[in-house]
Formats: sequence, C-alpha cells, structure tokens
Amino acid sequence: MATINVNGRSMQVDASPDTPVLWVLRDELGMTGTKFGCGMALCGACTVHLDGAPVRSCSLPLSAAVGHRITTIEAMSGTPVGKAVQASWVAQDVPQCGYCQSGQIMSASALLARNRKPTDADIDQAMSGNICRCGTYNQIRAAIKQAAASLTGRA
Amino acid sequence: MAGFGIGQPVTRLEDARFLTGQGRYVGDIDLARQAHAVVLYSPHPHALIRSIDIESAGAAPGVLAVLTGADAEAAGLGGFPPLFMPAVRGELIGFRTLRPILVSDRVRCMGDRVALVVAETLAQARDALDLIVVDYEPLPALVDIEAAATPGADAIWPDCPGNVAFTLRHGDAAATAAAFGRADHVVNLRLRNNRLIAAAIEPRCALGVYDAGAQSWTLYTASQNPHGVRTMICDSVLRVAQSRLRVIAPDVGGGFGLKTNPYPEDALVLWAAQVCGRPVKWVGSRSESFLSDNHARDQVIEGALALDATGRILALRAQALHALGAYTFSAGVAPIETALKLIPGFYDIGTLDVSTRAVFTHTSPLSSYRGAGRPEATYLMERLLDEAAVQLGIDRLEIRARNAIAPARMPYATATGMVYDSGDFAALMRACAEAADWQGFAARRAASERAGRLRGRSIVGYIEQGGRFNDRMELRFDPSGSVSVVAGTHSHGQGHATTYAQMVHEWLGIALEQIRFVQGDTDQVPFGRGSFAARASLVGGCALRLAADAIIERARPIAAGLLEAAAADLAFADGAFQVLGTDRTVSLPAVARAAFRPFGLPAGDAVGLEASGSWAAEPPNYPNGAHVCELEVDPETGVVSIDRYTVVDDIGTVINPMICLGQVHGGLAQGIGQALLESVVHDPESGQLLTGSFADYAMPRADDFPAFDVGFRSTSCSTNPIGIKGVGEAGAVASPPAIINALIDALRNEGINEIEMPATPARIWQAIARQRGDRA
Repeated sequence: MATINVNGRSMQVDASPDTPVLWVLRDELGMTGTKFGCGMALCGACTVHLDGAPVRSCSLPLSAAVGHRITTIEAMSGTPVGKAVQASWVAQDVPQCGYCQSGQIMSASALLARNRKPTDADIDQAMSGNICRCGTYNQIRAAIKQAAASLTGRA
Repeated sequence: MAGFGIGQPVTRLEDARFLTGQGRYVGDIDLARQAHAVVLYSPHPHALIRSIDIESAGAAPGVLAVLTGADAEAAGLGGFPPLFMPAVRGELIGFRTLRPILVSDRVRCMGDRVALVVAETLAQARDALDLIVVDYEPLPALVDIEAAATPGADAIWPDCPGNVAFTLRHGDAAATAAAFGRADHVVNLRLRNNRLIAAAIEPRCALGVYDAGAQSWTLYTASQNPHGVRTMICDSVLRVAQSRLRVIAPDVGGGFGLKTNPYPEDALVLWAAQVCGRPVKWVGSRSESFLSDNHARDQVIEGALALDATGRILALRAQALHALGAYTFSAGVAPIETALKLIPGFYDIGTLDVSTRAVFTHTSPLSSYRGAGRPEATYLMERLLDEAAVQLGIDRLEIRARNAIAPARMPYATATGMVYDSGDFAALMRACAEAADWQGFAARRAASERAGRLRGRSIVGYIEQGGRFNDRMELRFDPSGSVSVVAGTHSHGQGHATTYAQMVHEWLGIALEQIRFVQGDTDQVPFGRGSFAARASLVGGCALRLAADAIIERARPIAAGLLEAAAADLAFADGAFQVLGTDRTVSLPAVARAAFRPFGLPAGDAVGLEASGSWAAEPPNYPNGAHVCELEVDPETGVVSIDRYTVVDDIGTVINPMICLGQVHGGLAQGIGQALLESVVHDPESGQLLTGSFADYAMPRADDFPAFDVGFRSTSCSTNPIGIKGVGEAGAVASPPAIINALIDALRNEGINEIEMPATPARIWQAIARQRGDRA
C-alpha cells in the first residue's frame, strides 16, 4: 500500500512502487481523464502536474510520486488558471477529437502558472511535447494567449 | 436564425467533457468481471508457421484462454474479405484475399495476428504471451513496391503471380501518344509518395461482451463506422444476423481513416468473450499500433506533361505502382482508385493516359488515411506544373491560371470520369496569391539571402472529392418537446454535435440546448455508415434537411388541430406554425408535446413526432482551393522553417467557420508532416519495420508550424440542396506539393531540383552539401 496525494486528497493505492502513475490513476483510482498515448513520454497525452510542474505520468513510477502533490485534469476546473484555460479552449475552438486535450491543458496551465505573458517561443517550447494528431496547434497557441490575457486582466 | 444557425462560429456543444477529463473513450470503459487480452503478432514479414506450442502459456497463472488460428477454424469463424473491389465497366476485378482473424499457416506481414491470450490481469496475459512458442521458418520478404512488382518476383499469394492485384486505367493511349508527338515541351517526373501511418493518439482498442442468454454480443470499439464494423464481423467472421451484435463507438480519439473498418482484434475480443464467459478488453500499445494498424500512401509514379509553346497542357501521361500490403483489406482499394482519377486536378486536360497497378507487399495492409489517394494525385500534377513552368520560363501562378478549367465550362467532365459542378479555380489561386503577398516575395527573398538563408515559395491548386455512399439521419422528439439528432455518420473530432444542431436550429428554430446528439451505437441508430471521405456534411447534412422537412409536414396537421385552422392555412417559420393572416402561432416543441397526447391526435397519425431522411453522394462534391507556401532553408543545417502559409478554399456553404478552419488546420498539419517529417520505414533486406515508436516516426509538433492564414471563398455546390462541399481532406491534399515545390524553389539555385519526402534536415543538408561539394 502506498499513500499519494491526488488533487488535494490523500489516497491509498495497492500497486507496486514501479507502477506508472498513469495506471495508478486510471486503474486503481478510476480517474480516466488522464490518457495513454505512447507509454514512453513521447506524446504528452498522460501529462499531470507533480508539485505544479508538468510530468508524463506514463513514465513516472508511483514511488516517485509519494510525498508529492499530483494534480490531474479532473481538478483543473477548481483553479483560476485551469478555469481560464478551459474557457479559452472553448472560445478558440481548440478540441477536435479531445483525446490529447487533457495533456494539452495540463501543459498549458503549468506554463501559465509560471509565466503570465508567454511569447510564441515560450508556448512552442512548453507545448512541443504534447502531440495533437488533429492538428489543433494554432488554436492552442491562440487559446493560451487568450487565457494569459484573461488572467492578467487584459481581456 | 442569426447567431446560432448555418454560417455562424458557434462554439462547440461537445467541448465541456473533453476539457474536464469526462470524455468516454473505449479505454475508459471497464466492465465487471472483465478479463484482459493481448495479441501475439508476427515478428517476421514472411514466414511459414511450422508449429505453435501454447501449452505453457495455457498453464500460466491467471490465464483464461489461449486461442490460435486452428481454434478459430474449429469454431467456424471466418475472416476479413476486402470491403470492396474496383469495378471496371460494371464488372468487379482484382485478386481478393481473405484475412484470417488469426493466421495459422503463413504470415505475410509483421503484425499478422498469430494468437490471443486472455487472462485475469494484463500483466498475466503479457507474461503468458511470452510463453507461446511459435516455430517459424522465415522466408525472404518483399517490402518494397518496385521489388514486389519486378517480373519474376516471388508470388506473395500463389494464385496471384506478379503480385499485382489489379490494374486500373483511364484515358486514350493513342491520342495521348499523338499529343506528346506534337508537343513543344515535355516534362517528366518520377516521384515516390512516402508510406505513412495515421497514428491517432488514442490507439485502437476493443472491449467484447457476450450475453449467453440472449446469444448476442456487444462490442465497444474505437471506430469511425460502428455499423460497418457490425456488418463485416457478423457477415464475414461470426456469420450471424446483424441484430445479434451491438457495436458502440463512443468518443473516439482520432480516426483519419485508420478506424474506418474493423480489424482482427474487434472480432477476437467478441469470440474470446464467448469462450471465457467474461467481458474481454484489448488496448493496443503504441508499438503494436505501428505494427498492426493499416498504413497509407506508398506509391511510385512516373508522370509526364506535354505542353505547347504557351504552356497549355496538351496531354498527361502517368503510370503508378501503389502498395496494397499483404492483403486486399479494409477500404484499401479506395485510395488507389482515387489517386488515379484525380490526377488531372482542376486543369483542363482532355487527353490523358493514366494507369496504376495495385501491388501486394509483405507489409501491413494499406488503406485510407486523410486524403486517401487525393494527396498522391495532387502531388504528381502540382510537381509537374512547377517543372513545366521552370522549363518554359513562365510564372508558376500563370501556368496554372492558363490551364485551370474556366467557370463557364461547368459542369465539366474530366477524362477520368468525374463531373465538376462548380468552382472558379483561377480566381481562387489569384486570391490566395494576393493574400500571401505574392508580389512582395523578391524583397523577402533578398532579405533571407542577406541572412544566409534560402527562401522559396510555391502556389498549388487542388480539387478533391467529398462524400461517398448514402446515409440516414433521424430527428426524434421526446415527450417534453426536445429533439435528438440521430446520426448515421460518426463524429470523432469533426464537431457534428454542433454543426448538425446549427442546421436543425436554422431549419426548425429549435434552441441549441434543446437539441441532443445521438451517434455511434447500432442499437440507438438504426443504420449508418460513419464518417470518412469528407462525407458527413453532404450525406448527413442533406439527409438531415430532408428529415427536418418531413418533421414540418408531420407536425402540420397536429398544429392545425391545436390552432383550429386548416393545415393548408399554416405557414412554418422561425420555429413555429402560424395561421396565415393572423397572429395565432404554435411552436414546434409545443406541437411535439401535443403529438404525445394519449388521445385526440389527428386520425391516422402516429404517436410522437419523428422523421428520417436519406441522401446519397450521387454525385459527390468537389471541394477545391489554393495554397501558397513560403519557407526558408538554413543551408548550414538543412532545417526548414515555414515562414507563411496561406490557404483559400472553396468548400461551398460553410456551416461553422471555426470548425471548418480546424479541419483545414488538421489537414495541413498532416500534409506538412508527410512532406517534412513522417515516414514508415522497413529495412529493405530483412523487411523489419524500423519505425515502431514516436521516437522513430516523427510526428508534427507545436513548433513545426507558423500561424496558418486560411480563408474561404465559396461557390455553392449546385448538386445538393444546401450547396455544401466537404472540408475534412482539403488541407492534407495540397500541402505536400506546396511544401516540396517551395523547398525546391529555395534550392534550385543550389542546383537541386528533386528532393524526396519526407524532406528531413538530413536529406536537405546532404543535397546541398553534395552540390556545393561538386562545385568546390
């Protein structure tokens, strides 16, 4: 048994220490908002926050998450940055199939939490680990800028 | 219906769940007592199976079943025939294969399914899989199309010597030869269209359930076409009535053609569920997806244009080899047909001689992927036109405008059997060039040169075909007066819940929040064909229009009763019936509620209010447009940066401009990916797949693209009642030649006039270094 902190709640999980956090979330805790895409930290679909920083949960062992705060897509509506990102995602018509969007939103909100005025280069750097096969990259760029503007009161 | 009707940028009704982790994809569904399946895939591109020993695997902890091809045969299960074969003058032609759900005698590609293990846990299933011992006798493999099509090559199917499943041809060889004989100019090209994989971020997955009491199955599968899955599996594998299988395709994480038709795993989980008496779930890993998904493109083509002294095209000649892979599987025939008949594009070419041979190879089968033949066709034509412009010394926009079909020629019948109904192609290209500041290029090129960079540009025109087959839509009111759109099509990113609601709002005046969307479940949707080939806007939209018209007519007598007026005296507008010449009205939802009254309905009228409509893509529509690309190459590194990318598309009536823009952007990302990044590679000697992960197969990422400038300049389609043309394929069709032509334009002064896709920095750098080395 391990105890981890997910979205501010302490959770007991029965999984071996090398189990990737992705599968702990999905299979042990029934939190399916975080998606599997490649299992090799190459696509970003499984992105969650570890103490606020974006990490690929498919390659993060449970043992490395113990004692840290995990935040998933399910909790993003409860944060100002998450709310702003979700609103701008709708306004800019970002999602298509939706599958990668949990990871996109986690990467974008981690960027905006530390940088309220990201440039195109900042955005590209923060987001280039998240593949979107539907090709929503232009819309994501616009939505991040819109969310940044709303967070800094410029909207 | 301003605000939310047709043409409005309505934000998507389906977005909320995707932003909060509440989307429901097959992988997110777990059922009580569910067991887990893994598949043993052939590691050889070609081998005889001498024996399969499953004893240890069967005895491993947690294992519920180990199934092989012999078991499938004993159970009387069938396999997968091709979805269709080509027809020539009404006769079906070509060599058909039957793909087993598990192969027992000879594997013909890496990824051929050899065995299935079902266990209590995924880890147990994987451990047991490693205990299966297959005695393979590896044989030489033909993974390259040209090697497979070489006379004397080993036959991949014994009854198909030469490995050509079928040959297709359009045009007039003698007239073409004569035109080439009198041409002032002839240009030739030999091009390779690289092999791609759709690589949807949601891997394929399937969850099968068997109900022993009802002797029926349920399949949850990531599919673009649940009814098509049902038909193929019931008719060809299970051999049972289709009403005994329910197929549910819930949220699907990207299709792009990959998920149009079923795969062996869909049938395997159903069979395994019956054998084990448990729900059985299979989720592909990424490497299994690379190995076992259909691939796409993979064509070699030689083409030539005959031109007069003014740059008018006199004739076109082309012959292609197009890969099928190991089987005639799925819709694999479709891209080969389309890649041939769209070669003339929107240019006036009355004389042509084009042919293609469909070639078996020891690889994954090839089938539809965004564009499905359209990109191959456009690549040849647009590359040839640039070569012609250079040879003749004509501006590349001008040579295209000179040869484009004039609007006055509509309807225009191509020599390959299509009839274009509308479009002003030269005007589109000029509009695109203007939007891209075509005239300002020289100054930008000079600035790039000063910075040590090579700048090139291109202008490319395309036309493609939108819509295929027929489909069915239904409008069904509930007793509270809200309406469901019951769609035979399937949305997996295209925003149908929103666009169809906009149509219903426009035609019936129902508020968007009163419109629900139902799709992707064969028990809830009586029939449908899903989404592919940019078909939903045409067949779904027009069928929905007919359903809406029928709703008004069915509601009219009920409304007449409510208004105490004659039905003939009622007009329907803005969502309500009105007695002509009065202010007495009743809203459609109120009429719908009345239609559920327990008594007092007009004599002979059914309880409730619902109607269906059907539409066939006969004819389809022809979306078209122009792309201008301007890019820079760093000669020191070979790195390409796209400086500006401009699109002007004619997609007919635009239902939702934001959703249409998203579709174009998506196509651009995939087409630019083909041109610069993506390639499925096999080792030519061993036949082994070398690109088995995102570490080896370069996917387009956020930093690969500039901000696209996409505009619509529509002419209404004249062959359907809403004037619509498709949009889903457009971006992927024109962008490969737009990129490569711009790249060659940048490199021509270096002495480079050919570069193969994907034009990676390594290839570009090598080409530059070779030329500069030769000059030094």
